[in-house]
Amino acid sequence: MNIIEIKDLSFLYSEEEGLVLRDINLNIEKGEWVAILGHNGSGKSTLSKLIVGLLEKKSGSIIVNEKELCVGNEYEIRESISIVFQNPDNQFVGATVKDDIAFGLENQLLTREEMIKRIDYYSKKVNMHGFLNKEPHNLSGGEKQRVAIAGALAMDTEIIILDEATSMLDPRGKSEVIETIKSLQDGDKTIITITHELSEAVLCDRVIVLNKGRIVLDGAPKEVFKERELIVEAGLDILPTLKVLDKLEEENIDNDKLKEILWELSLTM
Amino acid sequence: MGIKFDNVSFEYPTVNEKVFAIKDINLSIKPEGELIAIVGHTGSGKSTMIQHMNALLLPSNGDVDVFGHKVVKGEKLTPIRKRVGMVFQFPEYQLFEETVEKDIMFGPLNFGLTKEEAKEKAEEVISIVGLDESFLPRSPFNLSGGQMRRVAIAGILAMEPDILILDEPTVGLDPQGQIEMMELFLSIHEKYNKTVILVTHNMDVVSEYANRVIVMKKARLVFDGSPVDLFGNEKLVRDYDLDLPKYMKIMKVLNDKFDSKLDETVFNLEDLVTELKKL
Repeated sequence: MNIIEIKDLSFLYSEEEGLVLRDINLNIEKGEWVAILGHNGSGKSTLSKLIVGLLEKKSGSIIVNEKELCVGNEYEIRESISIVFQNPDNQFVGATVKDDIAFGLENQLLTREEMIKRIDYYSKKVNMHGFLNKEPHNLSGGEKQRVAIAGALAMDTEIIILDEATSMLDPRGKSEVIETIKSLQDGDKTIITITHELSEAVLCDRVIVLNKGRIVLDGAPKEVFKERELIVEAGLDILPTLKVLDKLEEENIDNDKLKEILWELSLTM
Repeated sequence: MGIKFDNVSFEYPTVNEKVFAIKDINLSIKPEGELIAIVGHTGSGKSTMIQHMNALLLPSNGDVDVFGHKVVKGEKLTPIRKRVGMVFQFPEYQLFEETVEKDIMFGPLNFGLTKEEAKEKAEEVISIVGLDESFLPRSPFNLSGGQMRRVAIAGILAMEPDILILDEPTVGLDPQGQIEMMELFLSIHEKYNKTVILVTHNMDVVSEYANRVIVMKKARLVFDGSPVDLFGNEKLVRDYDLDLPKYMKIMKVLNDKFDSKLDETVFNLEDLVTELKKL
């Protein structure tokens, strides 16, 4: 079942600037983990804002959970989507970490017990349980980002959008958060990761690459990352293992076992 | 004489307890010729440490000396801030003027330059950051993220700091933008012989660009040396719980798979492939 269906979607901020997104056609299945990649300004974040109704489309249609998004029903759509943005400083509302995670839950009209349960569970998941009574502004950038992620996960929505949400985490923090996301996906959540990190994208089921507002690649990571030219054109980098393979080719080093191992490696690192 | 830390500690006062953000730090940084990466996990004290380097924070204990000025309460701190320029995370969020030119001029004007001098400075630094004069009359808010970041960096360069500190300068940029940004710092370092200090989580940045790396762990400085000495020592990498640069990671796996003993301290593609020829 498609949980998100996007048809002929276009968007512009201003006439002078022109279209930021052009003719986007995209179906995302329930339970899929999709990475959206692209250069700065390729339209990745714009797309996520359109899906949650923070921006209004110019033409085309967006269907979330079988409901078409239109002016007036954004709140209904947002009940099934939570989103984490890149800069956590811009999304803090609570006086303490606990309050902050609770904010979304209060709006969901949950019982107090259920709220406490979820705050407990998700703050542990992102390794911030010891910080519940701290003030968010005293936290480091990476810690703030974990709190924002916990807040979104605690909403327990069907779709989670992470808009460069792990960019400020150190490598260990990143892999912890990715593990958490993976475990959620096993529980049937649909996850959309907007990222520049190729190492994160290779772990997803599917990779979509945007270049100047158009989808230029869409498929399994294995297929997408092979397209070196399109990847570079889109402002991304070639996977390091593929660079090694190309260099071996260039220098006529023929070692089939080595090549085979490098290929396998490319999808894990 | 650049920056010198002598047993520096900083405590955060919280409601229930005192927490050391940095503890007993000793280090000295030359005013020129260094490209230093500061690494360490989230909350290890990296940001607190660099904020001591331009007197945004004053030490709870110990002495910080910046170009002969002691960083203590009551002293004039402006000369320090002029000589040590600080670019924060997401500096583009701090742009506020109507035009790029005015934004770049803001710092120099505060440090006492005349309007004409500040204008000249703006024209000079805009090209250093890889933009051109056509950007000067534009609104900073209509630029791309990468361009905005360059403008913010130009604003710091306009104050002519001797030492430039950048907190996670490549976060949020796409891979090609990251490479361009790092090339910019490398050129500032090489062309103007300025010391550049970067806080980063990206071990590829450390291995490919830095000539010195400082590791912070739980408020303490635990390593200060060359990237080769750090990454070439498995025990240190494990103890500090660091990631390896990408080509080293690949080499490690290959050594495992081939049961070979090739040199794993490879920082770039060429060195890696040279090693692989020995297989």
